[in-house]
Amino acid sequence: MKPEALAKTGEPRPGEPTSREEGARKPTKRRDAMVLSVLPLYVFTFLFVIGPLVYMLVLSFLRRAEVWGVTLEFTFENYANILKPVYLKTFLESLKLACLTTLLVALFGYPFGYFMARQNAAWKRRIMVLLMIPFWTSSLVRLYGWIIIFRANGVLDGLLMALNITNAPLKVLYTYAAVVVGMVYALVPFMIFAVYSSAEKLDWQLVEAARDLGATPFQAFWTVSFKLTLPGLLSGIVLTFIPSMGLFFIADILGGNKVVLVGNLIQEQLMKARNWPFAAALSVVLLTLTSIMIALYRKISGVKDLEGLV
Amino acid sequence: MRKKARFPGIYLGIILALMYVPILLVIIYSFNESRISSVWSGFSLRWYRDLFRDKDMLEALINSLVLATVSSLSAAVIGTLAAVGMPRVKLRGKSVVEYISTLPIMIPEIILGMVFLVYFSLIRLPFGMITLTVAHTSFCIPYIYMLVKARLVGIDKSYAEAAKDLGANEWNVFWDITLPLILPAIASGVLLSFAMSLDDVVISVFVTGVNTNTLPIRIYTQLKTGVTPKINALSTLMFAATLLIIMLSTWFGRKTTLSVKRRNT
Repeated sequence: MKPEALAKTGEPRPGEPTSREEGARKPTKRRDAMVLSVLPLYVFTFLFVIGPLVYMLVLSFLRRAEVWGVTLEFTFENYANILKPVYLKTFLESLKLACLTTLLVALFGYPFGYFMARQNAAWKRRIMVLLMIPFWTSSLVRLYGWIIIFRANGVLDGLLMALNITNAPLKVLYTYAAVVVGMVYALVPFMIFAVYSSAEKLDWQLVEAARDLGATPFQAFWTVSFKLTLPGLLSGIVLTFIPSMGLFFIADILGGNKVVLVGNLIQEQLMKARNWPFAAALSVVLLTLTSIMIALYRKISGVKDLEGLV
Repeated sequence: MRKKARFPGIYLGIILALMYVPILLVIIYSFNESRISSVWSGFSLRWYRDLFRDKDMLEALINSLVLATVSSLSAAVIGTLAAVGMPRVKLRGKSVVEYISTLPIMIPEIILGMVFLVYFSLIRLPFGMITLTVAHTSFCIPYIYMLVKARLVGIDKSYAEAAKDLGANEWNVFWDITLPLILPAIASGVLLSFAMSLDDVVISVFVTGVNTNTLPIRIYTQLKTGVTPKINALSTLMFAATLLIIMLSTWFGRKTTLSVKRRNT
């Protein structure tokens, strides 16, 4: 039913019963009002989400102008550029760091989420609140804490030297290790929440049953609990891996200039080199990698939403 | 009965303690007299005094608060209206739009910052508070939308039907029945968005103007160049604000809503 057609004719059209039209007019009007309620979201999404993303895609195929901006010339140059050894190395380094981070996060986070789900309700609540506080504390504040710990003659050096473990400052700040610690620290809560939310739903009687049937604790864990918490672990991996490719400010602050990630590269190309098309191409590749991971995760786990995200 | 293992409790305790170490150190050193933070030379409030005298810092604080307020409230309006209206409209590609509108919290922040930077300069939006507000609103909307949507699912439809039978129109139903019921979800969504906006570094660094600073941008530049203990004092105050927001948010909504957070850290 077209509302404008109704408005134009005003009186019932020949051959159409009036009562039917009266009946149809009301829901149409109501639906129009409802459309108004979603209109802001539509406008915003088209203008500020779809628009920018489409522009990024277009931009990645344009040539950089000699002095400033871009020229309207189609090219694959920006994508070819990524394959240059310098940039490819950054991509691989980034992937390596992301893998290492994700592995460590899983190692520390999985047991936490799992053990947490086995506590009683009161403790679960307490632990949740205790987790939330650092999680919601500004990331910069927490990063600053690590600077205090890691800097030369800082807390860590002081502690190690006081315990006679080392006799000279280690100067951990601005090293690869510092960046890894910073990343793991920042991302471990995501793993914990993801694993916890799937371990929470686990029917512990199944584990009991396995034990009663003679499984060792490890066998029971491996064949029952681990399998059933796998979706949580997987979504934790996705939730850790994706941001760890782009968290350029952790690498910036804890790693000095020594650790360059894709994120740092994008930022540098945008702000310093002013090569926007190349930055756009890098983003498209990163976004594609991200989407592939999410799609793979969905396919493997059969879960539509990322567990622990909502 | 098998013996209850001690190990899980110890493990949970150690990891939790480790999470607090960096934060506690920042707080302890904010009361340190000495300028060099590795030396403890006595209790002092001088850095707090210095902080409140720093005009740039105060300006950044005001900017951050205005930005967080405006973005979270605009997101609340857009997100709530859409969450209520979406199930009732018949539009083609509705689910696609719904999905795309949540992209700002799904894609890596750096990409979001990057696309906003190039796009805003394409459409010639002046960089500063305006661009910051648009960018922050974009990642606040999905939270409010998801929280309100989840809350709506739990509401008994018969309330609205009863009201309609008694002659209420769509607007009355929304204002008198739906809104009061979803208000806790909106409130906790606004608090989450507020905290998220207040904490955002990555996107803000990209879309801010030359002369506009928010608190995180100021801290970020200071951490990169050289830190004064003023940052400790500021961080401690921010930590206190976080605690307050968490307490309020827990009070408004279910605890689980707190686990919704961006991947930014």
